[in-house]
Amino acid sequence: MTLFGTGVLKGLIVTLKNFATSYFRKPDNGGIFTVQYPEERAKEIESFRNFPFLVYDGTPEKIRCVACGICERECPPKCIHIVMETEAGTGKPAKRPAVFEIDYGLCMNCGMCEDVCPFDSIYMDHAFEVTASDRTQELVRPKETLLKSNDYFLKIRPGTATPVDQKRRAAEEKKKTAQAAATPPKTNP
Amino acid sequence: MKEIEFFVDLIFVNAKGWCLDLLGHFLPDWTVVLVSIIISAVVIMVLGPLVMMYLTLLERKVIGRIQNRYGPNRVGKWGLLQPIADGIKMFTKEDIVPAQADKIIHFLAPVIIVIPALMVFLVVPFGERMTAVNLNIGLLYFIAVSSITTIPIFMGSWASRNKYSLLGGMRTAAQMISYEVPMTLSVVPVIMMSQSLSTNTIVMTQAGDMDLHWFVFTPWGLVGFVIFFLCAVAECNRPPFDLPEAESELVAGFHTEYSGMKFALFYMAEYMNAFTLCGIATTLFLGGWQGPLFPSWLWFFGKTFLLICVMIWFRGTFPRFRVDQLMGFAWKFLLPLTLINIPVAALWFFVPEQLAWIYSVPILAVSLWGLVKLNRSFVPEKRIYPLAD
Amino acid sequence: MINTKSLEGSQMLEINFGPQHPSTHGVFRMNVFLEGEKICALKPVMGYLHRNHELIAENLPYAAVMAYTDRLDYFNSMANNFGYALAVEKLADIEAPERAAYLRVIMAELARIVNHLMLIGFLLNDLGAFFTPVLYAFREREKILDIFEEVSGSRMMCNYFRFGGVKRDVSAETLAAIKKIVAGFPAFLEEFEALLTENEILCMRCQNVGVLPADLAVNAGITGPVLRASGVNYDLRKVDAYGLYDRFDFKVPLGKKGDVYDRYYVRVLEMRESLKILEQALAKIPQGDILNKKALPFLKAPRNFKPAVGEAYGRIESPKGELGYYLVSDGTPQPWRYHVRAPSLINLTVLEDMCVGQKVADAIIILGSIDIVLGETDR
Repeated sequence: MTLFGTGVLKGLIVTLKNFATSYFRKPDNGGIFTVQYPEERAKEIESFRNFPFLVYDGTPEKIRCVACGICERECPPKCIHIVMETEAGTGKPAKRPAVFEIDYGLCMNCGMCEDVCPFDSIYMDHAFEVTASDRTQELVRPKETLLKSNDYFLKIRPGTATPVDQKRRAAEEKKKTAQAAATPPKTNP
Repeated sequence: MKEIEFFVDLIFVNAKGWCLDLLGHFLPDWTVVLVSIIISAVVIMVLGPLVMMYLTLLERKVIGRIQNRYGPNRVGKWGLLQPIADGIKMFTKEDIVPAQADKIIHFLAPVIIVIPALMVFLVVPFGERMTAVNLNIGLLYFIAVSSITTIPIFMGSWASRNKYSLLGGMRTAAQMISYEVPMTLSVVPVIMMSQSLSTNTIVMTQAGDMDLHWFVFTPWGLVGFVIFFLCAVAECNRPPFDLPEAESELVAGFHTEYSGMKFALFYMAEYMNAFTLCGIATTLFLGGWQGPLFPSWLWFFGKTFLLICVMIWFRGTFPRFRVDQLMGFAWKFLLPLTLINIPVAALWFFVPEQLAWIYSVPILAVSLWGLVKLNRSFVPEKRIYPLAD
Repeated sequence: MINTKSLEGSQMLEINFGPQHPSTHGVFRMNVFLEGEKICALKPVMGYLHRNHELIAENLPYAAVMAYTDRLDYFNSMANNFGYALAVEKLADIEAPERAAYLRVIMAELARIVNHLMLIGFLLNDLGAFFTPVLYAFREREKILDIFEEVSGSRMMCNYFRFGGVKRDVSAETLAAIKKIVAGFPAFLEEFEALLTENEILCMRCQNVGVLPADLAVNAGITGPVLRASGVNYDLRKVDAYGLYDRFDFKVPLGKKGDVYDRYYVRVLEMRESLKILEQALAKIPQGDILNKKALPFLKAPRNFKPAVGEAYGRIESPKGELGYYLVSDGTPQPWRYHVRAPSLINLTVLEDMCVGQKVADAIIILGSIDIVLGETDR
């Protein structure tokens, strides 16, 4: 039979121990485990996903998105809005988005758009400090704020971006060789 | 050497004396008396809220550390200005009075609650010759005045016209009145030993050699101290006896409908009560300002803050009692124990010390064991759990 | 209708606990009728967090619903994913490859540990402890959430499972990190138990409070730790042996009385059993694919996924009880009918039976010990 009151004392010892260890132990070992946010930051994990962003190569004009609208259709909460650009003279579709908006107020960070995009153009971002003072206007992010360079993508998610780059480069080279193979007959009749 | 010690010991007393001397040169005698009273009053009026402000910070810091986090550390170095920021916030908050509330009583309750909390400071001996008023019934005065606290709490809870408040107020009335009984009785041995109700005399009798003849070092003193301290925790509604404000059950209990500075006054009273109760526990059982080497006021504040830290430690560790268990604990456990403790202490007075140790330890141990046995419904059962496939 | 006249002819005190109340675990409301501090009647009111989950799902392709299941019981989205994935796999007759199945078990058991940690922490908060157990629980939970973030990209809304597998493979380093957590967890549990299990105040508060008799529990369809605390040996991991659970050696801890203390302690023991499963799974996990070949094309084109006409019911032992997903397909990309059997909701139905005759303070801890998450209760 244990003495009445020992359980209470045991609890007191546990809290006293934690009080003491908070001064000298490491965070994962009974030390202080909170992160002093604005000064310190939690370790950034590569696969972390927040809101989506659009990738461009080199300059913002060379946007990968062709405004196919698959992400718009598959987005579960329907937070993406795309309007395709038309060529100035002909009025034909230009395979570029004229309007690409994501409503951050609706987006639920599921990553579906990233999964379904066939042109490797939309990916989930690491930026989480996205605030707005107005929920109807400012949270709807236009194309300009969504566009981010491929270098940024390589920086935040090298594990995903590098294979994508390799794949794209290989496809481009294949296209070039195909073109090269296709063009000679024209020059040598 | 002795002079320096004496000087440090009485530094506050002498400082006041010099002030009065200085004024005595060009003021009539009767004003000097008045100024003396005003100085004491002002010191207490400043000390009370100051202690309360920094107790909140201490509590948040200590509990933070217990929970492996920093606690407030943004306002000022180590968060030292946090209480001031809190104060400003409290002052600027909107004061909301429920439409159905009894407005006058709702207003009076937080005002009244601070008064006894401040009045109690009068008889606390902060150091050698540092008692504001050396009442010869100091202890009685303390017990009487501190029990007034029940009334404003109940006033506030009743006037709020809120059911949570009402339940909290009912709990307060029951709890504070029940815990006053064992608390008062646990003090009786001390009064018998020192043959005085004056807090100063009680401290004096605990001097002995090395200034370490504290009552807590005797069996009846230890039992009395533990009971008094537990009752003190219950008396100022602190965990694990914080039923009147039981956050998880009654939202905020009796001060659910208070906001802004009125809420702050309730809070202030609670912390000042915690401080004075710890101070009185120190005075009665831990030898007050008695102690070797260090100046008397340092000993007093050191011991008091140690007790407050224990209160905070309790808060960081324990869940809350239920209302029936709380009352049972007071009436079925603490009260009989104090009643046994009084004759034990009485005999101690007549019997030589060595002999007294021999009988009093077994008596108290057996009665403790017997009380635990008798209160079997409170004693938890051990359980063994089967693991099925 | 409740008779609010008490025996002495005085009127009972009617109190609304919630929807805004510190310890109703969300927007849940209890209409409590009191006589003094004693509860005479209690009416739970639900639906404040109703978000039309089922109807939304019936208008979305099967794959898109996965992200919504995260939001049901937001403390363990991994378990929710698991149940839904099982239901769809049954419907479309797809099997997850070996490695994916192991990963699923690992994630589900980690989610169980997270859930039980949070439950015990907040139960102690309901008991009046000032956040200390919660923050100790948070300390350990952080480590597991870091793993979740690493494998799925999100700490709480994981969305990690796919039909016929999982979304992303787990690196060897992550597996080593999980091993480290599993190895270090018993020491934490010792500390946690030293703080709580034998604490007399906790025992006094919890023992013989809110007793749920076994027959009532079975009749009311209670599942999960609440049922097992009443002494009924029913664990879907054993009964159904879904996933790979028949390959692991683990026991089902059972309570004796069915009071709050049993419900607390059964969960502590379950965490220990989960650790056993995790150890075995981490030792045995094979290399290989993480997605069934049959399911691969639907990843890029979710709307092409049209299961044959039929119905399926996938159920798992979620940390809260039997979590079931019922799906009816009419051959279109969207489910024709989608229903969630939410353990939080069904376990809540016996709340009144447990509370009547107890004190107000007990009602709070009984509610806490049932372990409800309003996201799942109200859907």
